[in-house]
Amino acid sequence: MPKVKFTYALKRFFPDLQDGLIEAVNLTDALHEVDQRYPGLRSYILDEQGRLRKHVQIYLDGDPIRDRENLSDPIRSETEIFLMQALSGG
Amino acid sequence: MKKTLLIGTRKGLVVARKKNGTWQLGDVHHEGVPVSIAYADPRSNTWWACFDHGHWGVKMQRSVDEGRTWEEVTAPAYPEGAEVKEGVPATTRYLWAMQQGGASHPNRLWVGTEPGGLFQSRDQGSSFQLVESLWNHPSRVGGQWFGGGRDHAGIHSVVVDPRNEDRILVGVSCAGVFESKDAGLTWTVRNTGLRADFLPDPQAEYGHDPHILIASPTDPDILWQQNHCGIFKSSDGAATWQDISDPEGEANFGFALSVASDNAAQAWVAPANSDVTRVALQRKLCICRTDDGGKSWRTFRKGLPQDHCFDIVYRHSLVSDGDDVLFGTTTGNLFHSGDRGESWQVISNYLPMVYSLQLI
Repeated sequence: MPKVKFTYALKRFFPDLQDGLIEAVNLTDALHEVDQRYPGLRSYILDEQGRLRKHVQIYLDGDPIRDRENLSDPIRSETEIFLMQALSGG
Repeated sequence: MKKTLLIGTRKGLVVARKKNGTWQLGDVHHEGVPVSIAYADPRSNTWWACFDHGHWGVKMQRSVDEGRTWEEVTAPAYPEGAEVKEGVPATTRYLWAMQQGGASHPNRLWVGTEPGGLFQSRDQGSSFQLVESLWNHPSRVGGQWFGGGRDHAGIHSVVVDPRNEDRILVGVSCAGVFESKDAGLTWTVRNTGLRADFLPDPQAEYGHDPHILIASPTDPDILWQQNHCGIFKSSDGAATWQDISDPEGEANFGFALSVASDNAAQAWVAPANSDVTRVALQRKLCICRTDDGGKSWRTFRKGLPQDHCFDIVYRHSLVSDGDDVLFGTTTGNLFHSGDRGESWQVISNYLPMVYSLQLI
């Protein structure tokens, strides 16, 4: 199963947040699963039209995803999904 | 007399309280999070914090115990497929106005947003729905709304008529003033008499830029707006507007305005230099007051910085209650007057940029 890991910054809003294995065959399902586990978290990652938020990044096995609009980048059963906030601003 | 002040700032929600005639800063909530609007619903004393997270999008939290605990609620979101214009998906970019729906509608709340959507809650803010009638208004769909200070048009003012709480007015930058008499089912534009100097036709039906729209607490038919192109007042419930700016004086351009809680002819504005530079007039801070419904304005400076001052006052950051007037600035200064603006005392020089004030 893919493993999902979270930036520490999200712990402020989801204190119980823990990295873990999820059942998913694509990124959309993965985020749906994450949202089931931590209600509301999906809205921190995606906007209401399903696009990756401007200052958020998702890495798959260390590489940033390419499709920020539809999240069509493929994942495998052992993919590590890392949800990260972009380091911007001052 | 109101003795609590909610301060929405770029780095959190700050609470000030009045003790023995002096305002003192107290608790800080949501430290580090930009709070675009800090609002208290006077019907239930529920506190609201509207967040503008740089990374995580807009969010809302509410507290029913004056900030001891907070609960996140689902922020207003545009329905799937909604578009600002063709090819530009609509997502909530900013929460810019919050207003309770009145005593006869205890579950109703209104929220104004960028990119131009008005949202209504019918369950005390547990959920919000886009007011489709305004979103689909031909003037917006037809491209006659546009951004003023933000990328897209935004609703920053919602006025509820206390005599008929289904009658509401909204201020849109940039589009103008719209009125609904049926709780948002249908809308009528109310821009007659306004002037938009920045448009090819300053008397255009749409495209006006009211920076803030406020009804007089003691006479809701008297409405005021600090507009991009001056100060305007209506004495007929927004049917027509009259320019009450002071072209020879200071009261012209600005963002904020407050109307006296006990006098429909008295109001304050916080002048700023032109829309080009947006700093304090001549780098000297002042507040102007009219006591005669805008026929004349007096300028007050006592206690305010008169040298190297770059502060301006955002649209939600000037409030009053009786003799008390307070305002917060873009450079984090917070001032109080106990004599209706004639002299001022510093509450703090070290706040973050101030986005909103509310007295409760």
